[in-house]
Amino acid sequence: MSNILVNAPKTARRGDVVEIKALIMHPMETGFRPGPNGRIIPRNIIERFTATWNGADIFAMDMSPAIAANPFVSFFAEAKESGTVVLRWTGDEGFAAEQRVDIAVE
Amino acid sequence: MTGRLLALGLALVFVASYAAAQVGADKRRSGYQDMGEALQKMQDDDTANPGMLYVQLGGQLWKRAVGAADKSCADCHDAAPASMKGVAARYPAIPTGGDRPVDLEGRINLCRTENQKAEPLPPENRDLLALSAYVAHQSRDLRIAPPYDPRLDAFRREGAEIYRRRQGQLNLSCAICHDDNAGKKLAGIVIPEAHPTGYPIYRLEWQALGSLKRRLRNCLVGIRADAWPLDAPEYTALELYLMERAKGMKLETPAVRP
Repeated sequence: MSNILVNAPKTARRGDVVEIKALIMHPMETGFRPGPNGRIIPRNIIERFTATWNGADIFAMDMSPAIAANPFVSFFAEAKESGTVVLRWTGDEGFAAEQRVDIAVE
Repeated sequence: MTGRLLALGLALVFVASYAAAQVGADKRRSGYQDMGEALQKMQDDDTANPGMLYVQLGGQLWKRAVGAADKSCADCHDAAPASMKGVAARYPAIPTGGDRPVDLEGRINLCRTENQKAEPLPPENRDLLALSAYVAHQSRDLRIAPPYDPRLDAFRREGAEIYRRRQGQLNLSCAICHDDNAGKKLAGIVIPEAHPTGYPIYRLEWQALGSLKRRLRNCLVGIRADAWPLDAPEYTALELYLMERAKGMKLETPAVRP
């Protein structure tokens, strides 16, 4: 279970451009830092973030080790029809998280 | 006669204006006021403030049964928004039956060992900070109100003494930076007045939530002093003094700081 905070409007007018903001708890360990024992801590980052609106891609990004812990992503999408926005994070060590938000379009 | 009346009138005006100035003249500044606008907005937006991730996690841990007693925090304390409101504003305090003050993290660990029969969480453990952030968040916007407990006076005095004691290779005391030179710049950064208004804080430098104890250790290392061991009573004494010093200021937990 991941800790996720999403900020998206509950309603939008057809044709509106809405902003969707998502914050997720993740260490984003770079793979370059030595641990207390002197050995390198293995890389553990989110590699990809995607967003779909009723199944259609609206946003996708690759993440890199240079991105800070608990990454915050903000993006825009055109409100075409009522439906569910699905946000997905996948990464190292089998990390997978998903959050759904419903937006009603009038 | 008129001269005397005039003098009396002037004195009255002076006293009244002095009193008025005292009421509205809290010149203390939270670290929040010295941050840039972007960081202030980050802290104010509950979906952009990374500290809120920990508050969310704390809310989940609150309901999770742990330890040999198989009890959750909620089993004894019910809903935190009601039962934990104002608690963080009065800690550190002396627990019932105890003789030494403990801070909020210490109190949570006491509950774990005594009531939940579980292992105490190690210092700066993520779950411990999350619980502490969740509890302290219930006091957001309340004013810091240290308890009137005469047993605490000695510890507060000790804290005040530590605050003014020169330490480390740089031979600085807390007071030299945070009283005498607060508001001035240290390497481009505004020296804050060191009011513990938002702990545990999400510090961008740490990329994580951290306790007041961790922040104090940061300062000790900064003045090249030996940081006390993690369980040292000095931290609680200093926290007690700092909370007394910040009495009446608003809690912001979870605060964001650079």
